[in-house]
Amino acid sequence: MIGYLTLILSCQLAGEVVVGALGLPVPGPVLGMALLFGFLLLRGHVPDALGATADGLLRNMSLLFVPAGTGVIMHVALLSEALVPLSLAVAISTSAAIVVTALMMRLLSKGADRE
Amino acid sequence: MNNLAQTWVYLSASPLFHLTLTLAAFQAASLLFEKGRRNPLLNPVLGAVGLVVAVLAATGTDYATYFEGAQFVHFLLGPATVALAIPLYRQWHHVRASWLAIGASLLTGSLAAVASAVAVLWLADSGTTLMATIAPKSVTAPVAMGIAEELGGLPSLTAVLVIVSGIFGAMFGPLLLNLIGVKDWRARGLAIGTASHGIGTARALQVNETAGAFSGLAMGLNAMATALLLPLLWGLFF
Repeated sequence: MIGYLTLILSCQLAGEVVVGALGLPVPGPVLGMALLFGFLLLRGHVPDALGATADGLLRNMSLLFVPAGTGVIMHVALLSEALVPLSLAVAISTSAAIVVTALMMRLLSKGADRE
Repeated sequence: MNNLAQTWVYLSASPLFHLTLTLAAFQAASLLFEKGRRNPLLNPVLGAVGLVVAVLAATGTDYATYFEGAQFVHFLLGPATVALAIPLYRQWHHVRASWLAIGASLLTGSLAAVASAVAVLWLADSGTTLMATIAPKSVTAPVAMGIAEELGGLPSLTAVLVIVSGIFGAMFGPLLLNLIGVKDWRARGLAIGTASHGIGTARALQVNETAGAFSGLAMGLNAMATALLLPLLWGLFF
C-alpha cells in the first residue's frame, strides 16, 4: 500500500519536474498519469495493491474538488456583475461539448453502439 | 461561554477545523444525494461547497484561512489524477480499438466547448477579458488557469467557471446523453470528460468503469489539445 502510494507520488513528482524543466503546457499530474500508464504497459498487469490504492483515491475523487469550488467566495462581486451571460455561457458550452462529442463518437464508431 | 470563545479562537486558526468542515460537509451532501435517490440537483460537490460557503460566511472566515485546512484535501487531486492511469489501463483494449474516433470526437467536442462559450459572451458584449477567462472552461483547473493567463483572462475566475462547468456536466450530462439516445459507455464517458474534466470523471467512475476510464482519458487529452491549440486559434481572432 505505502509502496504503491510512493509510486503514485513519484510519478506526479517526475511529471512536475519534467513539465517545469521543459515548460510543457500540461499539468504535472497529467504527465504523471502518462508515466504511471507507461509503467503498467511495461508491467503487463495492474498489481492488486496498486489497484486497491488507486480505487480508494478515485472512489472519493468528488470530495477533492470542494476546496477549489469554495474559491467562488472570492469572486462574488465579479460573478454577480456578469451572472446571466456567464451562467448561460457555461450551461450552453458544457451541453454543446457533451452532445457534440457523444454524437461524433457514435457516428465514427458505427456499429459499435452496444450495451 | 468564555471558554467556548477561546476554543473557537484556537480552532479557527488551526487547520483542523476547516479540514473537518470540508469532510463533514461532503458527508452530509453525499448522504442527502443518496437519500434523494441520486437526483442530479443534489450533486454532492455543489451541496458541500454550499455548506462550506454558508459556514465561512456565518463565521466571517476568509478563503485563505479556510484553505490552510482544506489544502490537505486539495493536495490529493494530484495523486488522484495520476491514479486515473489504472482505469485507463484496464480499458486500454477499447481505446486502442477506436483511437481515431476518440481523437476526432474529442477535438470537435473541445472546439464546440470553446466556440460556444466565447460566442455567448460575444453576443452579450461582455468584453475580451471575460471571453479569454471563459474560453478554457472545460479543461481541468490547473491547465485552464494557465491558458486563461496566456490569453489575457482572469485565472482565478477561470477556476470558478471550470468548477461550475464540472458540476453542471456531472448534474445534467447523463440526462442530456439519455435525451440524445447515446448509450455506449465509451461515448458517454468521452463526452463527460471532454466537457467536465475531473468532476465529470469522478461522477462517471461511480456509474461505470468504462465510462470513468474514457472520461479520464478525455480529460487528459482535452487538457493537452486545448493548451496547444487554443492560444494559436485565439491569435487568429483577437
